Amino acid sequence: MGEFKVHRVRFFDYMPSAIRAMAFNSHTERLALVRADGALEIFNFADHYFQEKVIPGQDGRAVEALCWVGQRLFSAGLNGEITEYDLENLRPRYTVEAYGGPIWTIGSNKQGTLLMVGCEDGTVKMFEILKERIQFQRNLERQKGRIVSLSWHPSGTLIAAGMMDMIRIFNAETGKEMQHDPESREVVVWSVAFLSDYTIISGDSAGKVQIWDGLTGTLVRTHLVTKWDVLCLSVSQDESSLIAGTSEGTVVQFQFISSTVDQQEEEWVRTRTFKNHSHDVRALAHTETAVVSGGMDTQLVVRPLLDKVEKNTQESAMRKIALPHRSLVCCAKKAGLLLFQFPDHLEVWRVGESDGHGEENTHTHTHTHTHTHYAYSALSPCGEWLAYSTVSSVRLYRLQYNNISITKVGCSTLTLLPLFSVSVIVHTALFINTIKCMSELALFFSSSYFQLDKLSIVAIETTVTIYGSVCLQLHCTVPIYSSCPTAIAIHPTTSHLVVVHADQQIFEYSLVQKEYTEWSRKLQKQGLHSLWLERDTPVTHVTFSLKNPAHIILHDMFMFCIIDQSLPLPESKTLLYNQMTLRSLPEQERIRHSHAFKICKNFKHVMCVSLLEDHSLVVVERPLLDMMSQLPAPVRQKKFAT
Amino acid sequence: MAALYEGYTLCGLVPGQTLTNSGIQGIEAERDSDHVVVTDSTRSVTLYKVSDQKPLSSWTVKQGQTLTCPAVYNSQTEEYVVVSDNKVIRIWKDEDILLDKAFKATVSSDVWRVHCLPGGEPVVLFQRGAVRLLDSLLSAPQQPIEEVLAQEEAIRWSTNIVADSQQFVIFTTEQKGDSFLYLHRLNPNTLQRYRLEREEPGLSPLSFSASYRDKHICLLYLYPNGHVYQSVVSVRGLGGDEGAQALPLPRSLLLGLPVGEGLLEAASAQLLDEAHVAVVGVPHPSAGAGKDFLCIWNTNFQTLQAGKEMAGKIYGQLWTFSNKLFIPHGKTLSVIPYECPKSSLASALGKLNNGFINISVNVIIYGFFSLLTQRTNRKTQSAPSLTVDQVLDFTKTAPVEEVQREVEGLLSRADIQDLQPLVGQLASMLVSRSLADPAFYTPSTLAQLVHTQSLCHSVCPDLVLLALERRDFFLCQLCLQFFPDIPEAVTCACLKAFISMPDTEAEKLSLEPDSVSFMETLIARERAPVGLQNGFSSTSTDQDCSDALGGGGRVVIKTGEEDKEKSSTPPEPICPVGLHKAVLLNEVLLTAYSDTFLLPHLKDLSSQHVVLFLQYLQFLYLKYSQDASPQMHGLRSPSLTQIMDWVCMVLDAHFTVLVMTPEAKGLLVNLHSFVKSQVRLVSELGKIEGSLQELNKMKVKKDVGQYSIEIIELF
Repeated sequence: MGEFKVHRVRFFDYMPSAIRAMAFNSHTERLALVRADGALEIFNFADHYFQEKVIPGQDGRAVEALCWVGQRLFSAGLNGEITEYDLENLRPRYTVEAYGGPIWTIGSNKQGTLLMVGCEDGTVKMFEILKERIQFQRNLERQKGRIVSLSWHPSGTLIAAGMMDMIRIFNAETGKEMQHDPESREVVVWSVAFLSDYTIISGDSAGKVQIWDGLTGTLVRTHLVTKWDVLCLSVSQDESSLIAGTSEGTVVQFQFISSTVDQQEEEWVRTRTFKNHSHDVRALAHTETAVVSGGMDTQLVVRPLLDKVEKNTQESAMRKIALPHRSLVCCAKKAGLLLFQFPDHLEVWRVGESDGHGEENTHTHTHTHTHTHYAYSALSPCGEWLAYSTVSSVRLYRLQYNNISITKVGCSTLTLLPLFSVSVIVHTALFINTIKCMSELALFFSSSYFQLDKLSIVAIETTVTIYGSVCLQLHCTVPIYSSCPTAIAIHPTTSHLVVVHADQQIFEYSLVQKEYTEWSRKLQKQGLHSLWLERDTPVTHVTFSLKNPAHIILHDMFMFCIIDQSLPLPESKTLLYNQMTLRSLPEQERIRHSHAFKICKNFKHVMCVSLLEDHSLVVVERPLLDMMSQLPAPVRQKKFAT
Repeated sequence: MAALYEGYTLCGLVPGQTLTNSGIQGIEAERDSDHVVVTDSTRSVTLYKVSDQKPLSSWTVKQGQTLTCPAVYNSQTEEYVVVSDNKVIRIWKDEDILLDKAFKATVSSDVWRVHCLPGGEPVVLFQRGAVRLLDSLLSAPQQPIEEVLAQEEAIRWSTNIVADSQQFVIFTTEQKGDSFLYLHRLNPNTLQRYRLEREEPGLSPLSFSASYRDKHICLLYLYPNGHVYQSVVSVRGLGGDEGAQALPLPRSLLLGLPVGEGLLEAASAQLLDEAHVAVVGVPHPSAGAGKDFLCIWNTNFQTLQAGKEMAGKIYGQLWTFSNKLFIPHGKTLSVIPYECPKSSLASALGKLNNGFINISVNVIIYGFFSLLTQRTNRKTQSAPSLTVDQVLDFTKTAPVEEVQREVEGLLSRADIQDLQPLVGQLASMLVSRSLADPAFYTPSTLAQLVHTQSLCHSVCPDLVLLALERRDFFLCQLCLQFFPDIPEAVTCACLKAFISMPDTEAEKLSLEPDSVSFMETLIARERAPVGLQNGFSSTSTDQDCSDALGGGGRVVIKTGEEDKEKSSTPPEPICPVGLHKAVLLNEVLLTAYSDTFLLPHLKDLSSQHVVLFLQYLQFLYLKYSQDASPQMHGLRSPSLTQIMDWVCMVLDAHFTVLVMTPEAKGLLVNLHSFVKSQVRLVSELGKIEGSLQELNKMKVKKDVGQYSIEIIELF
């Protein structure tokens, strides 16, 4: 295979924003997660925790709480609005002003008919959930302080509300305040949970998890879990387990069990402490088998409960999702340019020309787009064309580098165009973007610069559809596979489509013959190597070598791989990561031991791997340590022996 | 550890001299170690009794005459010899009062020095380099004296040395910045000239000192830049070619002394013995730049052993006679007794057990120092240690029980640290009394003293031998345990005594419980199913060792045949010696030694004992190989390496005997298999080493900046 010159790039200062809230839908096994910049992410827990959908955020829209109602997702934030998301088209469907000041919390009853929000002005507002919208119903009795947290009793008759220094219980039907449980002074009840046996559990800023009798309003038990705040609580579906997230970055589990063996009576006992975060745990979800947590340190952590899963399997491994499951970097292969996508601006860099260490010859361009954040962006191989999309529009720019300038050449403001991806393929004059809108396909091209002679791909969830771009007729549909595609690319010379799925399967589909290629069938027949399937980060980018059409280059977070289709596939017994072995062998013997998967693990936290035209590789890394160093100081740092 | 004691003044110096001159021309030994002849730089010669610090008699030449060479004492004729006005040799006896009336002879050439060593004849060295015996010169005083030196060559320093009944005159000269060494042998006369290697330009040696040892003349010289060189000249090779050519004199740098600011001006270095040098006029390394220090340096270890500040100006003059240093400084001539005992660090060259070295050496050094301070303190203020002295007197005469009681009381009374010098005195006193009086022996007191850990073998060298003689093996064990400096001969004597002791006697002993419990567990321990340590597995080794394995002990040969058959399950090794005997032997294994010294003594063991000892060592080795970790922390247990070292040494010492002894055959075959397993282990370890080093290299993570271009290779 030979030597590669690698441009190792670490100056992409990508910084995900903090996780603010999450909600888990146990029916669909999807986790909705919202970040401090308002971006919404949907993770499919059934499909290898793949980050399936992303709706970019918007300036000034801080979401404070999320709530699933069936398949529908609602959010509320400090701007006082309730938003329902359109998860098909990946944009907010509508927003409703609650007129109660900033909203701190949102919740629905078990039946999915009512939505309630807790507002700054001390009201709890009820909304009726209609088919297409929500409608204000009534206010519950107004309180003096803000409503910080809410929990609906499963029966739907009672609501517990956490406030400053107290917890109040309302009758959901009459809206009358029934009783309150006074707390000590200057305490914020950050989270409450109302269980079906009328137990109320609260987590507060004094670091206590308290268990109350909801009928009598008496304190049953206090667990002091931290010196700082208990920020969030989550109860398992069967109400046997409870988790509490703290400002120290710990998650404490309580279980409803009998504390001694012979004792019949069960109580809430503190059982486990997980320390997977360096900063505040702001959001928690208790799934059937795992504790899902996220917070200031921006990482989503899925920590399986070992009593619920089989030990030493892939299922029992802890996952930390630190980087997005999509490519934020686009590489112009011919021009040697890199496009970095930040939430609110784009940057174009040129990779260094010399072999010298650390030289970076760069151009930087920054677009600050008003309000809405970037969804996708792309750069044409020659580096001349730059396109990006937001939630509502697609724009095309022409870049000139001799005297750096940007000209806007096209803009679609069609609001009905939700965007999956914009890809600028192959030639300078060729600009294709693929857009899916419900059932129809709309193609955006706004000027005569473009000739459309290529195919475009649309991937929606698990279906991959190919459209001919000249006249926009459906070219073909790739057979449906059960797992989401995570990376798709069309080979520039052979017109083979390569699809990598969240379950790590690789398919190659011939667009000419409209069937899987021979190589793909062979791969499926023989099966992928078990170590390949065990990797826990998805492949986020596929590209090809212009020199050798048999080479497919793909990468995940911890490695990149060059698949040489001319070599035999690795058998299940052979060593998958065999680069070290091959290095030690003499030249003649290497051929016998080499296989198609050339995996290089020299780089960590890879965001992009691409092959430039001069056959040199560009590897964009974003080391986690660099990201960590940009975080604010945590409230408590673990010191030795403390 | 060398030491300088409190000095005293021998005499005042004549005032009014020039600042660079002390007023003393020379000091020479007189009839015994307590008398010296001091010649001042002008006219007088004085005889002093050093210990009394007073002059016994004095002689002066007439006004107008000057003494040009230090007076020497000829012990054969009991006469003094001095030279006045370069050419007049004067000889007189003790009873002569007036020098002018003594014998005089005028010679034809200027005399540089008259030298005379005790037992040797006086030798006259002329300024131009010629040498004559005094007797032959006086027989014809006006005889012509040849010129040896070149025109501009001048003598800087001279001495004479008696080596193997050969008398040598050694002198150094200087010519145009070059220094030369002349070695003149008398009867027959030969002369050899050496050229000293040049130091930095413009620097010539400040002082010389010569000594004779092992058929070599050793010359030590100090340069103003603080470098002390040593040159060694063989006495034998002399006289080959007659001093025509100046041979280059090889030198080795012994010490680089700190010089402070600038060069040394008035300094001198004197050899005290083969390892120690006294230096005056050089700054103390830890006391700033002042040069008025007298220091003793150890040249082997390059360490400062003792230092003393000298009040007043240092003239760079230093003489040494019989453990006393004579230094003129300020306005006095001081006598400073010193001591350079054989360095205890010698034991450091041998094999010491588990890092004991630091502690033990410290103990010795500390002990010595405190002894010193104690002694000097007592001189100045004797009141507080009165009771201690009483006890010391008491131990000389009192009966056993009372001595025991008193010593116990004394030990319990004071802090052990303060007692350190006392413990040594007490122990040696008790030992000498016990040696003298067969009825007197205080085992418990001695054991108690040893237990203080303030004793070492050099403080009372007879203690271990006394214990052996009285068959007090418990004390022996304690000594072996606590003394860091037991000589190999004594170790061997202990070994011999232990191994020849009948088991029945040994079992009656009461020994140190820690070591006993270790041995008990070792013997009693159930064998682990598959033991493998250091690559040796008793079950997996070749069949050829199985027969010997089976026997384990003295039964090897008898059971050899049967065991061959059941070689698949080698039985438990049996300890060939009794429990207590094994404990004592362990103690020997644990002592520090140096194999070169130990080997000759090991040869004294009888072949029967050697075989038994080897069997015991084999037993230990097998036990260690079987059990995963028999070395319990904190217990007195020999390490596997110690066992192997002893096996090797015993085999080395008795190899031929063992080969010829039929009983030893099985044992040897067995030991051979140990060696094989060790070799295999080492080769395996060697293989691993390479990989581990690679691993180390891989660990180095280089810091990658924001952007870099790297080359990777994919295969």
